[in-house]
Amino acid sequence: MTEEIIIAGFGGQGVLSLGKILAYSGIMQDQEVSWMPSYGPEMRGGTANVTVILSDDRINSPVLNEFDTAIILNQQSMDKFESMVKPGGLLIYDPNGISHHPERKDIKIATIEGAKEASELNNKKTFNMVIMGAFLKIHPIVLMENVHKGLEKSLPQRHHHMIPLNEKAIKVGMKKVKVIHDYKKLVAEE
Amino acid sequence: MEEVKLMKGNEAMAEAAIRAGVDAYFGYPITPQSEVIEYLMHEEPFKRTGMVVLQAESELAAINMVYGAAACGKKAMTSSSSPGISLKLEGISYMAGAELPCLIANVMRGGPGLGTIQPGQSDYFQAVKGGGHGDYNLIVLAPSTVQEMADFVDLGFDLAFKYRNPVMILSDGAIGQMMEKVILPEQKERLSNEEIIKHYGNWATTGKPESRESNIITSLDLKPELQEIHNQHLQNKFKTAEKNEVRYEQIQCEDADYILVAYGTSARISQKVVQLGREKGLKIGLLRPITLWPFPKKIISELADHAKGFLSVEMSAGQMVEDVLLAVEGKVPVAHFGRMGGMIASPSEVLDAVEKEINKI
Repeated sequence: MTEEIIIAGFGGQGVLSLGKILAYSGIMQDQEVSWMPSYGPEMRGGTANVTVILSDDRINSPVLNEFDTAIILNQQSMDKFESMVKPGGLLIYDPNGISHHPERKDIKIATIEGAKEASELNNKKTFNMVIMGAFLKIHPIVLMENVHKGLEKSLPQRHHHMIPLNEKAIKVGMKKVKVIHDYKKLVAEE
Repeated sequence: MEEVKLMKGNEAMAEAAIRAGVDAYFGYPITPQSEVIEYLMHEEPFKRTGMVVLQAESELAAINMVYGAAACGKKAMTSSSSPGISLKLEGISYMAGAELPCLIANVMRGGPGLGTIQPGQSDYFQAVKGGGHGDYNLIVLAPSTVQEMADFVDLGFDLAFKYRNPVMILSDGAIGQMMEKVILPEQKERLSNEEIIKHYGNWATTGKPESRESNIITSLDLKPELQEIHNQHLQNKFKTAEKNEVRYEQIQCEDADYILVAYGTSARISQKVVQLGREKGLKIGLLRPITLWPFPKKIISELADHAKGFLSVEMSAGQMVEDVLLAVEGKVPVAHFGRMGGMIASPSEVLDAVEKEINKI
């Protein structure tokens, strides 16, 4: 199994740490992983994105131009990455702040109101974990016990008391994610 | 038990330096390699192993501090990115002339000039053809994974002391910035002066006992007759290294009738290209030089007896392609594909280039 993922949004949304937690969760189940960020000034206030690959085999290119999954958290990223989802792939996005919704018919599209759910959890920083939950509900590529270990590994000790809240946020994401378009169903209808 | 960590290439190299028993790191920050000194300062190896970590006032100061430490037989290293390496070249040439071992890492960014902070591979000529003045070579190691960023520190110092010559790790911003799984080496002890003499010979300025003459570390000899003899000695060393130290990896070259040649990040992308090409029925393979100097000429020449052509894939306008051309000796066509200025080629555009070149043959 190989899952090639792009996570893209604004700097400060926790895009890079979401990628890191996914990567660590992959390591916890003995997978090969790579985490390739955008870096430099583009991260500071501008758009941030990270390519994360989890695989049972040696990973070749950490830089990709098509993805199994795109997790998209702002309009600029939607404009850039919608076309880069492989046919039959998955696009998950937070509709908050999106003016041009995805139009692809040959992929699965899901929405998660991450910002809204995070504020209902009274902690806006849980945003990225809500998003991760939404993704893992549709593509359960890592087991929750490994996500737990991944959180332990990637968060510094002083933040470990936040792990239960993060896990709660993941569960909220799993519950609230909505598949709004599925190419498979469309194929079946035809 | 093996310690598996998720680390950036820059961090893995820094941690590997502590564990290799390195005595001193002197550096000056520059994107995309600032995590090296950042990590070292955070880890405080001066408390763990006694390793010195110092932010110099400039790249020039840093390389000359390395010269000083190396002259004492210490394992000293520095790292920078392209413009910073240009500043260090005078010191690097002096160290090659004075036969001082050291490790220099270049986490390349796009150039020329200040260029960009995004990844590049346009310092190939600078690394393998000299860069500094005079007839010298660096042994140049090209990591293509975070694991190799860690592994090449110890290997680099082994080679540096074996040949009493500077060794360079030629990496790029992508390998430096990305995180992968890495298995860290065991902690090695730093060496005492007695151990330095025992392991590496009695050439360093470790303190003069009455039993021997002074050890003099210099690259200067004003008598041309003697300077030529010194140069011949250096050239003999380089010939030995060319014979013994070539390293490379072949990926699906056995039955390939078209071969990509790439190192570092471009080699990672090219592995994907080989996979995608094979899925389309193209018999392509990848030759990945691990040492850029000495360059794996012999294997490329051998592959040229069977393959119909070569494509050098680099994040440059075409530098390594010249060494591929020399190695192929005109037997088959050699082409180049590159992106510049911090742009990284996507696997599909490289595959398009491969198909275009194959169709020309």
